[in-house]
Amino acid sequence: MLKHLRTVWKAVRRLSGDDAYERYLEHHARCHAHGEDHQCTGPLSRAEFFKQWQDQKWEGIKRCC
Amino acid sequence: MLKTFIWILIGGLGAAAVGGIALQRGETINSLWFIVAALCVYALAYRFYAAWIAAKVLAVDATRATPAERLDNGRDFVPTNKWIVFGHHFAAIAGPGPLVGPTLAAQFGYLPGTLWILIGAVLGGCVQDMVTLFFSTRRNARSLGQMARDELGVLGGTAALIGTFAIMIILIAVLGLVVVNAMKHSPWATSTVAATIPIAMIVGLYMRSIRPGRVLEASIFGVALLLASVVYGGFVDRSETWRVVFDHDGLTLAWWVIGYGFAAAVLPVWLLLAPRDYLSTFVKLGTITLLAIAIIILRPDVKMPALTPFIDGSGPIFGGKLFPFVFITIACGAISGFHALIASGTTPKLLTNERDIRMIGYGGMLLESFVAMMAMVAATVLEPGVFFAVNSPAGVVGAEAADAVAKISSWGFPVTVEQMQTLAAQMGETTLFARTGGAPSLAVGMASIFGSAFGDGLLALWYHFAIMFEAIFILTTLDAGTRVGRFMLQDMLGNFWPKLGETSWTPSVILTSGIVVAGWGYFLYIGVIDPNGGVNILWPLFGIANQMLAAIALSVATGILVKSDKLKYAWISGIPLAWLVTITSAAAWEKLVSADIRIGFFAAANDMSAKLEGGLLPPEKANIAPQLIFNLHLDAVITLFFVTLLWLIVLDMLRVCYRHLAGKPVPPLSEAPHSPSRLVENWARD
Repeated sequence: MLKHLRTVWKAVRRLSGDDAYERYLEHHARCHAHGEDHQCTGPLSRAEFFKQWQDQKWEGIKRCC
Repeated sequence: MLKTFIWILIGGLGAAAVGGIALQRGETINSLWFIVAALCVYALAYRFYAAWIAAKVLAVDATRATPAERLDNGRDFVPTNKWIVFGHHFAAIAGPGPLVGPTLAAQFGYLPGTLWILIGAVLGGCVQDMVTLFFSTRRNARSLGQMARDELGVLGGTAALIGTFAIMIILIAVLGLVVVNAMKHSPWATSTVAATIPIAMIVGLYMRSIRPGRVLEASIFGVALLLASVVYGGFVDRSETWRVVFDHDGLTLAWWVIGYGFAAAVLPVWLLLAPRDYLSTFVKLGTITLLAIAIIILRPDVKMPALTPFIDGSGPIFGGKLFPFVFITIACGAISGFHALIASGTTPKLLTNERDIRMIGYGGMLLESFVAMMAMVAATVLEPGVFFAVNSPAGVVGAEAADAVAKISSWGFPVTVEQMQTLAAQMGETTLFARTGGAPSLAVGMASIFGSAFGDGLLALWYHFAIMFEAIFILTTLDAGTRVGRFMLQDMLGNFWPKLGETSWTPSVILTSGIVVAGWGYFLYIGVIDPNGGVNILWPLFGIANQMLAAIALSVATGILVKSDKLKYAWISGIPLAWLVTITSAAAWEKLVSADIRIGFFAAANDMSAKLEGGLLPPEKANIAPQLIFNLHLDAVITLFFVTLLWLIVLDMLRVCYRHLAGKPVPPLSEAPHSPSRLVENWARD
């Protein structure tokens, strides 16, 4: 039961973007661990990341009739 | 064996439910049948038709890497769990359209709209969304416009671009009109809707500065404030000093909406657009779920007849016969071209595996169709007399309550002034007459369903909650649409003067936002001053535009199928395309040449000119008549433009198909080369 609730909670966080920063840190760590050149220049702070993430999110068509 | 038996059972139950709905005459019919019919039809279509398309026609390949995997950059291209993608996709496609369309189409009775929502979705809309999602996924998540250009040629690409821009303008105008009609002379609704703006800003500031990125905390806080604003609206309504502040006529409110739209397009997204979107998404999903639960608990009787006399074209809400206008009126919920813009470009960037395309593309649209079905139920459980009294514009039934009820009762839908007054008082309004546009009658329907299911004492609160619920995501579409329109315009103008193409150059931002807002603001203004309500003109125009966009998407899909040597399967998109071309052309034809002044643009313009010259119009009508006449001509030009664009692209697609079949050169398929997926079975980043 608790496991299911946790899955739901994770999905809600994921859908809303609440965990976007944590995922970004993970991605950042991974791309550095692989030594790939992803143009990652140091992890952004939470506030900076959120700013970029939100601006970029609203560039295309996101909502419809 | 057991499975086969269960599917036969579902088939039988679905057939019985659809048959029951279609053949029921005289007595009222329970709304549960609508839900059962919808669920059975959806289940069968998803299990068999969608699975067949995925396996045979598209040949989805689970071992092939998707753009999200190949181009993963941790930002826009991110392989994502399929349920999360489904959530994003559904939240993006489901706007106010599937709520408004069925409500308006209920003037024909419950049957035509219901059948079109079911059949149109499973054979048309779902297929369009699914194949567009698939083709875009195979093409590095390119947008519909880019795919049209690559696969068909420059003409197709340009048509898609212009079509998208035009549809945006009309859509925003008509949605703005729906909100204005819900707010006019309603201090409660106006103050609640007004309060959503500072609430969104508070949430935006919270997410930006106080607790950056804490989206859920901020949203929960914001939703609580929204609910409080519904209650506070009640205090405003009862306060003699405050109610005058929020009591305005349609025109004043229209100017406020226009000003608001401009501000929203210029302000940074984090302040207004993004936080409002969080709130509207939460409220939308919550309310739709609540409505489904309430309908299932309550199982209200549908009181609207299966067919009304208005199938002959004399309907009060909009003029025009059942064919083709029911198909134009219900676009979203059956087939909506707008979805192709989300299904290409946006959703494919998140898709982890091609095999999820059926669930996300086809399944997402099925859920939207279900929302439209619930809107149909909410509209038809009202007494038909009440439904028509709320939705008929004053220009058709008369501005006085006594005239309106006499006229509506004479159609065979009895309603009394007292009944309407009692209802308005219950809903906390002074009047519910002539609130054309669908939102208020849907709110009355929802309030009575919620009221009966969860307690009758709070009808006024439920009503204004429903109004707030619709207004908040209509305004989100308005913000987001204006912004997208601005980007598109900047992109186009950038070809002539590169400086204008810079999305962050303030003079360009102000100029292009101003042009977009002026575009839809004009139609909104005309809609508000039009004594026939404006919705009767704008909604069909929107329907034609939306179906035209769908035809572009289906043309691209059909062209690709033929070019991939899948001619024998091309009917899956070809048949819906042929149907859309038929209804759109028929509707456009009627709108242009009909001699009925309630349908034909030219007929109406000529009639008004004649009356104006003959001095037959009362002074207040004579003042606005020249503007209305100009607008009718403009609408005729736009309709002609849409239908020409539609035919151009269909003929272009047929030309490409013919050339391919005749062995002549055509633009090559732009599919990205196959690369094997490295992601293990059932893996997804979540």
